Amino acid sequence: MSNERAVASAQRSSESIAVAFDNVNLVYRAKDSSTAALEDINMSVGKGEFVVVAGPSGCGKTTLLKLIAGLISPTEGEVRLVGQRVRGPSKVVGMAFQNPTLLPWRTMLQNVLLPLEIVEPHRSQFRRERAAYMRKANELLESVHLTGFANAHPWQLSGGMQQRASLCRALIHEPEILLLDEPFGALDAFTREELWLVLQDLWLERTCTVMLVTHDLREAVFLGDTVYVMSKRPGTLTERSEVPFSRPRTLEGCFEPEFLEMFRRIREQIGEVRERTS
Amino acid sequence: MQLRERLRDYALPTLTFVLMLGLWEGIVVVFNMPRFVLPAPTAVWASFLRWQSAIWGHALQTLYTTLVGFGIAVAVGLLLGWLVGYSAVLYKALYPLLVAFNSVPKVAIVPVLVIWFGIGTVPAVLTAFLISFFPIVVNVATGLATLEPELRDVLRSLGAGRFQVFYKVGLPRTMPYFFASMKVAVTLAFVGSVIAETVASNRGVGYLMIAASSRFDVPLVFAGLLVIGAMGVVLYVGFAFLEGRLTSWAYRK
Repeated sequence: MSNERAVASAQRSSESIAVAFDNVNLVYRAKDSSTAALEDINMSVGKGEFVVVAGPSGCGKTTLLKLIAGLISPTEGEVRLVGQRVRGPSKVVGMAFQNPTLLPWRTMLQNVLLPLEIVEPHRSQFRRERAAYMRKANELLESVHLTGFANAHPWQLSGGMQQRASLCRALIHEPEILLLDEPFGALDAFTREELWLVLQDLWLERTCTVMLVTHDLREAVFLGDTVYVMSKRPGTLTERSEVPFSRPRTLEGCFEPEFLEMFRRIREQIGEVRERTS
Repeated sequence: MQLRERLRDYALPTLTFVLMLGLWEGIVVVFNMPRFVLPAPTAVWASFLRWQSAIWGHALQTLYTTLVGFGIAVAVGLLLGWLVGYSAVLYKALYPLLVAFNSVPKVAIVPVLVIWFGIGTVPAVLTAFLISFFPIVVNVATGLATLEPELRDVLRSLGAGRFQVFYKVGLPRTMPYFFASMKVAVTLAFVGSVIAETVASNRGVGYLMIAASSRFDVPLVFAGLLVIGAMGVVLYVGFAFLEGRLTSWAYRK
């Protein structure tokens, strides 16, 4: 299995690869114990691909994203972003978290603009280009149906609306790779499904690569081109499935037999993973 | 609804104040208190009117030393608070010293200040500063130290450095803490000024009260107390107003 994968990833030319993990191990060291958080991770994500990593909670999914974002570095092995080894945070990455993490003293618009105040070259021309940036932020808010809420404060809006703004913030500096850490995990089922569609539209409109981490398997099958299943302690990628359904996918499609079959299979894989570790 | 809120905000405190004065007056009359033990509010008011021009001068002096001392406390408190909250090393290094320093009664420091700077304005300003900067430091440091790691990650994932994290997130986040501490600190600054004036000054409300009590002019002492109380309330309300305007997001209004 792992051999096949190695061959498959070698076949892809290096230019078309957005994210690559090479034998990555990560060990958390505490005072007198060490926990292997991730073990032997090998993975390559093609440019423009929508990859979902699914697994039980606590299996190290978030850690995987933090490695790509450059917030932590691996104990062994190498993570590469568009051919470059990750040595720290990079502007080719945009990230959204499980909580919307919007700044409460800023309006929605100001929150969406935040990355442009930090990421170069936008940072140094922020004052000059302010009008253009504001237009862009407004367009983004419009595309996620938040027109008219630009000047509201986050806490005046619902969790779903906040999460949409958080998606806009992750996208405003046009990152090549969008990292999503269970972004819909804290939302109710209806809002979640609504946001799947919003996210799919955003992704279809641009050419970015998405890496989504979730424990919701329907979400994984609905959104992903490729779904990885991750096991717990140490976190390893145990299975890889390609999702062949055409885009744009619809919520009705979730009830098609093919979809349900896929869902059932991945669910079984996770079940096995859980049994092995418990 | 609007009227009702107004009534609650203004009428209620006024009512309690008037009731307290009435109770005070009643006790003095019923128990026939001598003036040099507890003067009635009416006597205090009469004394205030009589010495009005002198009281104004002293009050302005106290207000001046308080505000200057408080201003220094705000500057130093913000700076120290940010430093201590920003860096875990500085926190460990400075915090015990700050706590120890704050535990020292400020009355005990005034004589030392007098030896260094003579009597008058400078010791009062410094005492006001010394007594009021600590709550500001503690609050601002807490505001920074309790910054959510998630918010920090949002900025770090964009490649923001430590200073940018501080400037974009830490600084605005400490503002509600800062204003909360200002309301405490400004009233404490009055305590500091008046303490210094009672020990070592020939101006200010503190001095006025000491001079009056040595002449057994207790109504004038009480007039001085009321003046300080009134100034404290006015400044407190001022900062509460500023707080409401500048950090309304924290109160979600």
